[in-house]
Amino acid sequence: MTISEILSYGFIQRALVAGSLIAVLCAVLGVFLVLRRLSLIGDGLAHVTFGSVAIALFLRINPAVVTVAAIPIVLLSSFGILKLTDKARIYGDAAIGIVSSLGIACGVLLASVAGGFNIDLFSYLFGNILAIGTGDLVLALVLFTIVLLAVFFFYYDLVAITFDEELARSSGIRTKTINTVLVLLTALTVVLAMKLVGIMLISALLILPAVTALQVAVSFRATILVAAILAVGSVVVGIFGSFILNLPTGASIVVVNFIVFMLVFSGKKLRQAH
Amino acid sequence: MSLDMVVTSELCFSYNGAEVLDKVTFHVRQGDYLGIVGPNGSGKSTLVKTLLGLNRPAHGTITLFGIPQEQFGDWQKIGYLPQRLKFFNPNFPATVEELVRLGLLAGKRFPKRRVKGDDAAVEETLAIMGISDIRKRLIGELSGGQQQRALLARAIVGKPELLIMDEPTTALDPETRERFYEMLQLLNRERNTTVILVTHDTWSIGKYATRFLYIDKRVVFDGTFDQFCQSEEMTGFFGEHAQHIICHRH
Repeated sequence: MTISEILSYGFIQRALVAGSLIAVLCAVLGVFLVLRRLSLIGDGLAHVTFGSVAIALFLRINPAVVTVAAIPIVLLSSFGILKLTDKARIYGDAAIGIVSSLGIACGVLLASVAGGFNIDLFSYLFGNILAIGTGDLVLALVLFTIVLLAVFFFYYDLVAITFDEELARSSGIRTKTINTVLVLLTALTVVLAMKLVGIMLISALLILPAVTALQVAVSFRATILVAAILAVGSVVVGIFGSFILNLPTGASIVVVNFIVFMLVFSGKKLRQAH
Repeated sequence: MSLDMVVTSELCFSYNGAEVLDKVTFHVRQGDYLGIVGPNGSGKSTLVKTLLGLNRPAHGTITLFGIPQEQFGDWQKIGYLPQRLKFFNPNFPATVEELVRLGLLAGKRFPKRRVKGDDAAVEETLAIMGISDIRKRLIGELSGGQQQRALLARAIVGKPELLIMDEPTTALDPETRERFYEMLQLLNRERNTTVILVTHDTWSIGKYATRFLYIDKRVVFDGTFDQFCQSEEMTGFFGEHAQHIICHRH
């Protein structure tokens, strides 16, 4: 099958467009999250997404709007993580652990009450590009625009708090606001990525392109740009590869990302050795 | 009469029930070069963080540039160089130039975070600090001295009127440390930048500071360099020999 034949499928076109938008968002936010040692926040919020999808399915909400229905719950949970860290004097990783376990627990309980896991929930867990409809594409485009604009406007503040939060505060930067912005943007991105790579694999999309780009960093801006290019490349190769080899798309994207990381990492080590 | 840049009154701060600052009262005037000295755990760093609003005092007031600290918003007037960066990641991918540019954020309201003149300010500061040649290097690749110069450049790029530093020379070798102090003196004399310097390095600071504040949770001594040299109380703290070395700076 030729590339043009593969591209003639509507679901592949939608997956490629939505996947590329999601990849850019994950890569951009991932650089900030990885450097702030908040990599697992994506994982935590993804688990919350599992709970919120279970709620939506339990309430028999139209599957076409499940993603939209999940957004408020995931946003609230991201606030929960921030509040726990701030008010309850709990470290970030513990707060993420609490909220993510609660999300999974709610999902499992509701799935059990509803009579077990059904195919819909499974597709959210591991991603299903067939499930990406035109509505999801529009949602991806809207959220892509919102998230990227926010990163553009808060770019210097985000870099400052990523470098050193205390130093940023001493410059009058409202670090709490910027932290909230970062977590909310991550929450939106996680919800968006759910159908592409699945809840279980979202954190890989946030972490791998960022850590790969950090291996070859020459400046902060360049790191973000390289991460975005690698992420889009991995998503495109992953989607094509999974279609040709009849493999799960989400897992294929993650494996391609990991291969790219290993290649870049090995190349760097080889160059250093010589 | 010169302007009061910092005035504290009866400042108290405690951490987990332990008193760290006890009724600390002092002032800093424009053009001062204030050396804050004191033993380990005497509250020097806490005092600096409280001045910058990073700690909330339990009691007392702070006035910055004549404005109560809670209402103060002109953070571009203050440059801060911490002892060590709390969460500094050696793999942070910013270049020296990108780091220095972050010093221009203070006082700029959203969305005008970058304005005309920023490039020239960065350029000038890199040249003053002698780090123009390493502007494209990642900060994690630099030596301790170069990193500290880059951080000082970040602190002064906005041409602050007040520069607050907390043990900035800890990681530096003696030669770099001397150059660092000379640079500070230059800023103090030529730009009339007011300097507050917390340090353990009493011998070096004796060479440059015009005023001394000795604290040990409370203010033990506050006075000019000459008063410090004549203070019997300070002789008691430092010993006659050490006080003589500190005072014999010229």
